[in-house]
Amino acid sequence: MAQVFHRAANTVARASIAGLILLLVLASGLLWVFFRGAYTQSVEVIKDQPAQFSHKHHVNLGIDCRYCHTTVETSAFAGLPPTETCMSCHSQIWTHADMLEPVRASLAENRPLQWTRVNWVPDYVYFNHSIHINKGIGCESCHGRVDRMPLVWRAKTLLMEFCLECHRNPEKHIRPREEVFTMGYQPKQSQSTLGPKLVAEYQVRKLTDCYTCHR
Amino acid sequence: MRAAPLAAVSLACLAAVGCRQTMDTDPKYEAMEPSSFFSDGRSARAPVAGTVARGELKLDTAYYEGRNGDSFVDTFPAPVTKATLLRGRQRYDIFCSPCHGLLGDGNGVVVQRGLRGPVNFHEDRLKRTPVGYYFQVITNGRGGMYPYGYRIPPDDRWAIIAYIRALQLSQDATLNDVPPAARPGLNASHGESGVER
Repeated sequence: MAQVFHRAANTVARASIAGLILLLVLASGLLWVFFRGAYTQSVEVIKDQPAQFSHKHHVNLGIDCRYCHTTVETSAFAGLPPTETCMSCHSQIWTHADMLEPVRASLAENRPLQWTRVNWVPDYVYFNHSIHINKGIGCESCHGRVDRMPLVWRAKTLLMEFCLECHRNPEKHIRPREEVFTMGYQPKQSQSTLGPKLVAEYQVRKLTDCYTCHR
Repeated sequence: MRAAPLAAVSLACLAAVGCRQTMDTDPKYEAMEPSSFFSDGRSARAPVAGTVARGELKLDTAYYEGRNGDSFVDTFPAPVTKATLLRGRQRYDIFCSPCHGLLGDGNGVVVQRGLRGPVNFHEDRLKRTPVGYYFQVITNGRGGMYPYGYRIPPDDRWAIIAYIRALQLSQDATLNDVPPAARPGLNASHGESGVER
C-alpha cells in the first residue's frame, strides 16, 4: 500500500502546531491590549452633553469644585448640581446665550438636565469620594487637569490596576488636605519625604484586600 | 469523530455568552441614575412634603431658621471658636466669594462679569443686621440671590456668618485692635489696597 502522506507532512504538522500556539498568543495579546487600553476605556473621549459646559472656564474663574459638587467631602458621590446652582449666576449673566438654552428650559420645565456620564467604575466596584478627599488624594489624581478641559473627558483608565497602583503606594500620590482641590499641584518639598510623612499623619493604610472595593 | 467540531462550536458559543458584562451595570440604582419606572425619570425620590425623618424634627428655630418667634436672633446659637472661623472662611470662599468677593465688599468675580446687586457687608446697615437675618437669607435667598440652604448645612451657614462678622471687623480695625505682639509685623505702607489673602 502506498504512503498516504508525503515525507514533508511531519514538518508541516510540527510547524502548524507551533503556528497555532503563536497565533493564540498573539490574538490574546491583541485582545488584552484592546480591552485594557485607553481607547476602549474612553480615555480622552468627549461625549455629547445636553449643555456645552466648560469646566476650564469655570475653574479658571476661581470657582471652587465644591461650589457645584457639594457632597464630594461627605458622601460617596461627588454630586451633580441641580439647575438652580447654574442659575445662581446665569439668571443674571449670559441670560440670552444660546449655549445656556437647555439650562433655562430645564429650570422652566422643572426637568433635570441629563448629563452623559464620563467617569465611572462598574457596579461591582465600591468607590467613595469623601474618604479619598479626606485622606489627601487630589481631584487631579483621578480626574486629571479639569482646569484644561473645555468639555470634560476621562483622564485615566480607572481600571483596577490604576486603583491598585495608588493603593499599594499611597505615599507617591498623597498631598496635603488643603491642596486636594488644587489643579497643577506641585509639592513644596520632595514627594519622597512629604509622602510618607502625610501617610503617617493622615493614618493612611495600604488597603489592597479584594473586599476593600468589591464588597 | 463528529463530536470534536460540535464541542468546539459549543465552547465558542459559551465563550461568547460569557463576555456579557451584566455585573457591570446591575439593576440597582446608583446615585442619579435615570429610572424608567417613575414618570419624571428620576430614581432619586424627594420625600413627601412634610415628612420628618427620625431625629430630624427641627424644633430649635434659633438654630435652623435663625429666629425666635417673630424676631431674628442676634447671638450665635452654637459656640464660635477659632475652628468655626476657619471653617467659615473656607466655606465663604467656596460659596459666597464668587459674588460677594473674598473681602465681602460685593465685588466678586461674577460681579465683575455683570451680575448686579450683591451687598457690601461693610455697610453700616449690614453690620447692625442680626445674625439670624443673615441665616435666613443664606437659607432662602433674597432678591437675585438663589437659596443656598440645600447646598450648605446649617452648622456651615453659622460658620460663614461668624466669618462675615470677622470680615466686617477686619475692614474697620484700628491699630489698637491688633495684639501688641503682632503689631511690628504690620507694614503701614500697604494701605487699603494692601490686603492680601
